[in-house]
Amino acid sequence: MKKLLILSGKGGTGKTTTAAAFIRFADAHAYADCDVDAPNLHLVTAAGGPAECFDYLGSQKAVVDPGKCLGCGSCMEVCRFGAVRKVEGICKIDEFSCEGCGVCEAVCPTGAVSLQDDVAGEVTLYRFPSVFATAELKMGRGNSGKLVSEVKLALTNAARSEHLAIIDGSPGIGCPVIASMSGVDLVLIVAEPSLSGINDLKRILKTAEIFQTKAAVCVNKYDASLESTEQIERFCADHPVPFVGRIPYDRQASLAINAGKSLADVDCPASHALREVFARTMKLLETSAE
Amino acid sequence: MKIAVLSGKGGAGKTFVSVNLSAVAQNAVYVDCDVEEPNGRLYWKPAMEKETPVSVLIPEFDVQRCSGCRKCVDFCRFHALAFVREKPMVFSEVCHSCGGCVMVCPENAVLEKARPVGMVEEGARGGVRVVTGVLNPGEVSAVPVIKAALRTGGESDLTVIDCPPGSGCPVMESVIGADCCLLVAEPTAFGFHNFKMVHRLALLLGKPCGVVINKADAPYAPLEEYCEKQGLPILLRIPYSERLAALGAAGEIASEQDPDLAESFRGLLAAVRKGAVS
Repeated sequence: MKKLLILSGKGGTGKTTTAAAFIRFADAHAYADCDVDAPNLHLVTAAGGPAECFDYLGSQKAVVDPGKCLGCGSCMEVCRFGAVRKVEGICKIDEFSCEGCGVCEAVCPTGAVSLQDDVAGEVTLYRFPSVFATAELKMGRGNSGKLVSEVKLALTNAARSEHLAIIDGSPGIGCPVIASMSGVDLVLIVAEPSLSGINDLKRILKTAEIFQTKAAVCVNKYDASLESTEQIERFCADHPVPFVGRIPYDRQASLAINAGKSLADVDCPASHALREVFARTMKLLETSAE
Repeated sequence: MKIAVLSGKGGAGKTFVSVNLSAVAQNAVYVDCDVEEPNGRLYWKPAMEKETPVSVLIPEFDVQRCSGCRKCVDFCRFHALAFVREKPMVFSEVCHSCGGCVMVCPENAVLEKARPVGMVEEGARGGVRVVTGVLNPGEVSAVPVIKAALRTGGESDLTVIDCPPGSGCPVMESVIGADCCLLVAEPTAFGFHNFKMVHRLALLLGKPCGVVINKADAPYAPLEEYCEKQGLPILLRIPYSERLAALGAAGEIASEQDPDLAESFRGLLAAVRKGAVS
């Protein structure tokens, strides 16, 4: 299975819009939303059949048994995450700060601390009419990279016979992005022609390079700044990274998305340009090594 | 007062709101906690004063002392340690710096050394102190850099925290010490979905909130209804304008060029200071 991941570095450049359109252009029957912090792909893809939901267990969390705690504070002294507070003489763990390392459990003289499973999110898998894996991380929970890996695993396991999978990624360059990059054949970066967009494009390309992931770049809303678009194209030529096209700003595009449609279903300049970006991206994907 | 600016969805205008809000305040500290993609500095172009590296502690083994008991390997819940060919090995990317391995080693063979993961930049433009956290590409965890940036920002009359997108642990870390939150909403289906997620996060943390609707072409009914129902005050609406977009793309601070916009942001700041958040 060839896996195409859509990333952007900067948020709001059009990752999900691009992913949703690509799914239709390719008639892909396997796709996933790895933006587990702020998932949106389900809003524009038809998720038909029954949903299979399963809990995602993140790191375990320390829990203090108030009946056994003497309030000696040994756990508080060793916790590097500032997760322990004393409330009315008893130690209490802040579930948001606790990283589940187990140091407190190891030092507690009365065995009052134990580590317990923590549901940190939920993975949802649809099998019909297409395999679609998505997830939502519980508020403020860490380990989103691990959840991203679970979404990808759910997708690959359920869609073994499919030849193409399209994965919508998250903004940034950190944990969930790095997790989403592993094992993909190509990353398409949707760039924004602005000072911030260019800066972020360079950081995401650097990250892809570190993890030896093949990348291609397109520019969305290119007419917002022709100068920046040309700068991005020059950067890609020098780097070198394949540049696969420009997409114009198109009001019809935002209206279509608000109505829950994919850009592939709208006859407009943005949709035409995106189709060309799609064709070039697919060509690159086909030539990428397994 | 510390105001955290967040949005859930990326590209909604967090940096735009944070930068302009601090700019009209004139006397303020701007802290960029979007350390994966720190962009505030592109607008401020601050006179740089200081760069401080941010490091985390990772274990280092004194091989002479290590008896090979593997207690550290068994203890580590993050699978950051392994014992390969009779030698301890550290996978520093997954290490959480908890210090557990140091603690359980009976031979005192585990030491700790600093591993750089990013940088905090300090600078100024006019009366605004600009503090920027920058995560090194390839690093997984933004949290240590966010913590360092917030510490550097310190206490002041007004601190504006430019948060990362999403609603996971980096956002949590950025918001936790704030007095109130400004939620920047993009009136679109995507923007609204993620907006509700960050609002839930703010509620969970008990932070009072106010809403700024950015790129408000036409009212997006579900967003308006949600704010009404939740008693969320909409403190500012910024219409989409090509001029603002062009100023932003060129790295200009829009309120410095547009007196009407500056007035709007002064109004927003006054409203937040008066406690118009809920």
